[in-house]
Amino acid sequence: MDRSNTLVLGAVAYDPKVVTIWDGFREYFGRAGLAFDTILYSNYERQVEGHLAGQIDVAWNSPLAWIETERVAQSRGRQAHAIAMRDTDCDLSSLIVVRADSGIRSLSDLRGRRVGVGAADSPQATLIPLLYLARETGLTPGRDFEVVEHDRLPGKHGDHIGGERDAAQALRAGLLDAVCMIDGNQLLFAREGTLAPGSTRILGQTGTYDHCNFTALDGDRPALIQRFRAELLAMSYDDPNVRPLLDLEGLKQWRAGRTSGYGLLNEAIDRTGYLDPWLQGMAAAMSDQR
Amino acid sequence: MNPPSTGIADLGDLGLDQGGTLIVKRALSRLAPGERLAVAGHAHALQVQLRAWCREQGHVWAEAPVESARPPEPPSGAPIAGYLCAGATSRWNGAQPAGGTPGTSGDLIVDAPPQAWGLARRGAWVEAGGPSFHFPLATKDEVWADDAARIYAQAAAAQWNPGTAVDWQAKIDHPREIEEAVVQIMTYLVENETAALLVPARFLAQIHPHFREVLQVLAVQVSDEARHIEVFTRRAQLIAVDRPGLSTVGGQVSLKTLLDEPDFALASFLLSVLGEGTFLSLLQFLHDHAPDPITRQIARLSYLDEARHVAFGVAHLRRHAARDPGLRERLALAVQRRHATLQHTAGLNEEVFDALVLLAAGSWEPAAIGSGFDRVLALQEDMDAGRRRRLEGLGFSAREAANLSALHTRNFM
Repeated sequence: MDRSNTLVLGAVAYDPKVVTIWDGFREYFGRAGLAFDTILYSNYERQVEGHLAGQIDVAWNSPLAWIETERVAQSRGRQAHAIAMRDTDCDLSSLIVVRADSGIRSLSDLRGRRVGVGAADSPQATLIPLLYLARETGLTPGRDFEVVEHDRLPGKHGDHIGGERDAAQALRAGLLDAVCMIDGNQLLFAREGTLAPGSTRILGQTGTYDHCNFTALDGDRPALIQRFRAELLAMSYDDPNVRPLLDLEGLKQWRAGRTSGYGLLNEAIDRTGYLDPWLQGMAAAMSDQR
Repeated sequence: MNPPSTGIADLGDLGLDQGGTLIVKRALSRLAPGERLAVAGHAHALQVQLRAWCREQGHVWAEAPVESARPPEPPSGAPIAGYLCAGATSRWNGAQPAGGTPGTSGDLIVDAPPQAWGLARRGAWVEAGGPSFHFPLATKDEVWADDAARIYAQAAAAQWNPGTAVDWQAKIDHPREIEEAVVQIMTYLVENETAALLVPARFLAQIHPHFREVLQVLAVQVSDEARHIEVFTRRAQLIAVDRPGLSTVGGQVSLKTLLDEPDFALASFLLSVLGEGTFLSLLQFLHDHAPDPITRQIARLSYLDEARHVAFGVAHLRRHAARDPGLRERLALAVQRRHATLQHTAGLNEEVFDALVLLAAGSWEPAAIGSGFDRVLALQEDMDAGRRRRLEGLGFSAREAANLSALHTRNFM
């Protein structure tokens, strides 16, 4: 394959369906005359490193991977751009959910309780809801209430919803007093039988935030990246060849990227210093290269 | 300016996680893209769930009404949780009806249904982008018979239970050698009925499911043959005899030509019109001359089923021939080709012929044998007359019919 005119996308293989999705996209772009290939990474940190090292043109990034890219790029005098995202990436929120019959009536009642979260690196099921709890109650997670992580596949940034499902099951079993989950999962868990309908109550809801985006770095083959973005935005759910891919990826329409929806996650990272060790590692690796 | 609200979904006390999405979807189905729906309900956290659901479904959620629109009154008196604006995307854009007429329960059969309709019920709306199927028999001309629905209904109503439809306890008191003749004939019948099961079964999976009635007719035909195999086997094993029934090379070679025929029209012509048609005479003969009531009963029951198989074969080939002028010539060539393949084989095994004579004679008395022999000759004449009649029914001239009938396999089926 001629690398010079092939757009190479990076994606994280959080589920076997990822192979199906991007193989389908390769066919779609191929029909449109755009040579396209993918590199699948096992975790987002590896993908961000690969992106900054020039292995890929565009990264399909989780919100945390977007911030990682943005910050490391900035430290190296470069700029990252969110070029496109799903309609379903915009204006999400997370919920703090308790059992309907629980005596917990307010967020501050969580003092001394056990709160289930998703994977440690999940923006939606851990980082943002813990920020919300800390801000709303003044309680410090891990000190004033116990934080019980449900790690499935670290490095996948919570893309695999198994962690949230494990937490929901633990809530149902009485092992937890509250759990954090993305808003759509309360309905999903009711539909699939993980949580009985009407058995839970929403104690709190975070502000809205955005999720994944396609990330590009300035200076990287702009014409090819623009072409990729244009083809992406031209995909229509009405096209029966495209629809299964959009269904698998969970969207009806691609939208132009925006970065206004990452404030909460940035704040959560800054407040907890969650990214500091990794950012320091990236800086050290850079100075070693010099 | 946004369009005004055009509807309301009133969930009452029902939560969105308790099935409330059905009520919202029902109300949405009456809206055009861009039109607005108010959603009312008492359930806890309805707004939170609705917002997440709308995002997933491609609708736009708004908690506040459009200023110009008067909020509708929810019948249950529940508060309005918010408004949603129906999205333009739908997986049903580009869907098409699999025959039938949109908006009616009509069941229109088309001449060449697209493969993409797949397994869909006739008249159903088929989502675009489905998997590709491969049904080689996909035109009405190749498979259809106007009588198919009637033949299927009759077949379904006429199914009989081999355990109860036959009096298996009936007395059998004929001599052992006559019983050996019965066993030989049963052995021959099982072999032939097995071929008659496998041939339609092979084509069944090749026919486009749009032609539902044809699938149903062939499916029952296969099940008929399964019962015939059962009762003929059971009859063969009813009384222990010293000599087993024989299976000959000539018989199996003749039947194998049916299994090897890849063309549906030719295979059903050879099997149903000529083979099973000939068998009607044979089964009638067994009904008339078999030495015991059990054999007579199973011959009679099988006859009724086989008559339907013949009727369907004749009906669909007659229709096919009317639309495809070259078909008759291909049918004639198939008979000639089969004859050429089989001309160096023995045809009907001697043992079957002799068994039929003995069965019709009922004893070893020379006069009885002579009369049994005459009856078997008459049977063969009757078979020939039946074949000629059916061939003429397909549009062959009397002379062509006589020639083709004479070339039919000596193995009967």
